[in-house]
Amino acid sequence: MSDQQLLLLAVLLPFIGAIGIMLCGRWPNLREVVTLTTAATVCAVVITIYSRFNNGALLAVDIAEPLPGLSIRFEVESLGILFALVASSLWLITSIYAIGYMRGHHELNQTRFYALFAVAIGTTLGVAFAGNLLTLFLCYEILTISTYPLVAHAGTDEARRGARTYVGILLTTSIVLLLLAILITYTVAGSLDFREGGILAGKLDPAWAGLLYALFIFGIGKAAVMPFHRWLPAAMVAPTPVSALLHAVAVVKAGVFAVLKVTIYIFGTDFITSSGANDWLIWFAGGTILLASAVAMTKDNLKLRLAYSTISQLSYVVLGALLATNMGLLGGALHISMHAFAKITLFFAAGAILVAANKSDVSDMGGLGRAMPITFGAFLIGSLSIIGLPPFGGMWSKWYLGMGTVETGQWLLLSVLLASSLLNIAYLLPVPVRGFFGKSRDGTSYAQIQEAPLSCLLAMVITSLACLLLFFYPDPFYELALKAAGGK
Amino acid sequence: MIEQNLSLLLVVIPLLAAPVTAMLPAGRLPWLLTLIVSWTCLVIAGWQLSVVIDGSVISYELGGWAPPWGIEYRIDAMNAFVALILSGIAAITLPYALRTVEKDIPRHQTSLFYAVFLLCLVGLLGIAQTGDVFNLFVFLEISSLSSYVLIAMGEQRRALTSAFQYLIMGTIGATFLLIGIGLVYAETGTLNMVDLNLRLQPILDHRTVHTGFAFIVVGIALKLALFPLHLWLPNAYKYAPSVVSVFLAATATKVAVYIMLRMVFGVFSNDFVRITPTDQMFLLLGIFGVILASVTAIYQTDVKRLLAYSSVAQVSYMVLGMGLASVLGITATLVHVFNHALIKGALFMACGALVYRVGSSQFENLNGLGRQMPWTFSAIFIAGLSLIGIPGTAGFISKWYFMLAALEQQSWLIALVILLGSLLAVVYMWKIVEVMFLRPASDNVASVKEAPVSLLIPMWVLVIANIYFGFYTELTVNVADSAARLLGVAAYHE
Repeated sequence: MSDQQLLLLAVLLPFIGAIGIMLCGRWPNLREVVTLTTAATVCAVVITIYSRFNNGALLAVDIAEPLPGLSIRFEVESLGILFALVASSLWLITSIYAIGYMRGHHELNQTRFYALFAVAIGTTLGVAFAGNLLTLFLCYEILTISTYPLVAHAGTDEARRGARTYVGILLTTSIVLLLLAILITYTVAGSLDFREGGILAGKLDPAWAGLLYALFIFGIGKAAVMPFHRWLPAAMVAPTPVSALLHAVAVVKAGVFAVLKVTIYIFGTDFITSSGANDWLIWFAGGTILLASAVAMTKDNLKLRLAYSTISQLSYVVLGALLATNMGLLGGALHISMHAFAKITLFFAAGAILVAANKSDVSDMGGLGRAMPITFGAFLIGSLSIIGLPPFGGMWSKWYLGMGTVETGQWLLLSVLLASSLLNIAYLLPVPVRGFFGKSRDGTSYAQIQEAPLSCLLAMVITSLACLLLFFYPDPFYELALKAAGGK
Repeated sequence: MIEQNLSLLLVVIPLLAAPVTAMLPAGRLPWLLTLIVSWTCLVIAGWQLSVVIDGSVISYELGGWAPPWGIEYRIDAMNAFVALILSGIAAITLPYALRTVEKDIPRHQTSLFYAVFLLCLVGLLGIAQTGDVFNLFVFLEISSLSSYVLIAMGEQRRALTSAFQYLIMGTIGATFLLIGIGLVYAETGTLNMVDLNLRLQPILDHRTVHTGFAFIVVGIALKLALFPLHLWLPNAYKYAPSVVSVFLAATATKVAVYIMLRMVFGVFSNDFVRITPTDQMFLLLGIFGVILASVTAIYQTDVKRLLAYSSVAQVSYMVLGMGLASVLGITATLVHVFNHALIKGALFMACGALVYRVGSSQFENLNGLGRQMPWTFSAIFIAGLSLIGIPGTAGFISKWYFMLAALEQQSWLIALVILLGSLLAVVYMWKIVEVMFLRPASDNVASVKEAPVSLLIPMWVLVIANIYFGFYTELTVNVADSAARLLGVAAYHE
């Protein structure tokens, strides 16, 4: 198969899968087979693209040219393939998990759920492979819209309110700020292509660079930089597989991925540092890291706590971008993958607790770990990786982000990173500690509670092993991130 | 032979078919004839556009009287583009008409209904074709009178008062237009548009010319439903038969936009717009129109009225484009004329399908209907995205050009208004989505089935067109751009 066809296939296959899922809606087993087959094929296709890309192939394809000189274009580059690898492999694992969860939790409208899930992944891959800012914006918006019914899935008043906040904030930021930023970029630079070293240098008055950069950073609402973060906790009303894959991996990472892309290929790091565009913005990222961690500590609902943790972790990536140094970008790009594997493990565990024990509040979980050792064990591993302790993958990204702050002499930011790690310990570790060593609140025993369905456990074990593996063998992600960051 | 007479045939064929239709026995025969006529018109309009798309001009002398004395049909890219939109919408509306007309219109009136429909089409096409201002007034009256009749044929008795309201406002508008044309004629002694343009240039500072211009603009603004002269429109769209709402929403105001462009920029001139406060007036009315009409739309409790107010807001975008008075601004306006016809056509068709099944377009009767009528709901959803201007839809292309035109002149206020307008569109479209998709179904809805296929197919043709023209814009943008240049609008430079 030619390179172009392969690339198109990667983006289109999930959509074809979605149609297949709709057609098989009446036979749940067949439907799940379609989901798994599609996910596995997409994963294989992305890996093939990765190997061809490593062999130096240029994979690019133009679909249409809706505006003169601006085409809908997909092109593979190192940052994109990194994101695509993470998203597609975790889709496969989440599909395994979702089957157990959705059946165990007796959710309604499962066909719609799986179909829209596939569409969301397709557009995520579109974001990953977007060859210019217009294509990225197109996929970004479709991603918002296709995930809306997933957030509103339960159909209750609470779900409706949550979904309204979700779509309201994401559409508002993207329409008012991001679109404006894109249009200004186009008016100034006459192009929206992603190019090494950026397209704005020498064309945009450096005095305005900070403002335009701010339009991008806040306009990409999916990166959840405060004060535009409220949509992410609101989205937690969705079923857990959605929170796990979309609101810990695909959607939010699409946001920070876009931030990295804009930083590297639209502005260019040299232009950012020379114009000082990042001077004050960087404190928004630093502030979000600390504030969101602090809020996370006050949340008793486990999914909400994880959501605020995600907000905080996303700003690590944004911080890496804003540092605009090789180390910072390397750390930010690595964090996309490291955080994805760790956070999805945590969400898997949260969902498993919900299915098996019907509990969602941390204060309720005392002693539960002894009844569900695998689930709480996985949660522990995920937590340690998020905190950034060896021997887990999360350590590497934090290491390079820290190096980035040292490199630029931002000692205050380094202390923000260290303080945040402490906060991570304070809000994540109580969950497994309470689970294994605590007592239940009203003294009931958990003798009748069993572990979650097998497929849920399987998914959790795979991702926690991946966290471990990524410490010893981060090479594929490391090399891609290094190439994107422009280091040797 | 045919090619030389294309421009005239486009008007004459439906004109001759109208009385024939009126005499046919009631039933499906009048519909069939109307369908054939409208498809023929579409073919001719496409042919006509292919002739002038390279920037050439067709000049047709009616009755062999040479202009400027005789009536001239003068077709350039803009006329042909508008004619294509009109006949395209007519052609796609008629398959939809069959079932809804059987339900909305008493059987013995069907022949008359289709005859009047054809007359309305004649009027609209004539406006697009003619190069003579008085002839334009005549065609405007033909289309207006027939649309009063069409609206009055609505099922509820309120249709009569709505039509009467429209009649009064429309007649005032037409009178203003006629007075304006009279004043300009008194000054120049000619009615031919090209000739008028030439003769008006030396006397652009005459008081009479200014007065005539004011009358003309106000007259057209009434037909355009330009804020604050829009009050006739919501009721007219609400109480008209479904198919009439579709057709008028997609065509009537668009033709008025065309007249405004042709009169203001073609007959007067870009310079005239700049030396008088016309451009500021357009911008001011456009800003208020976009915001106030969108906000009003949010508070509607009826889908048809909501869409009607949304139309007022969208027309205000086009007026903003005119106010920017640059090639990009006019291009944006023309692109949006096309795209908005697709959007509102699809939305009103879907709305008509709801009325067909439920008998009402009030929100309280639509709870949870999206799950019963998934295809209709999806059509509303996608067309709504296009209305908001989500990338990948036609509406995005329009918004992109409006924004470019505003940014080109560094009009940050206009740019913000355009973005705010699409945010408000998110709010009111999402109101429909939530009612239909997330509210629990009420009892009256439980047994409702999906709309008939003959309603779904035209609806989805327009929905797919919305997506297609979001990716492939050779037709819309190129034609609009060359039309804007032919209109003599200068590119903006500081």
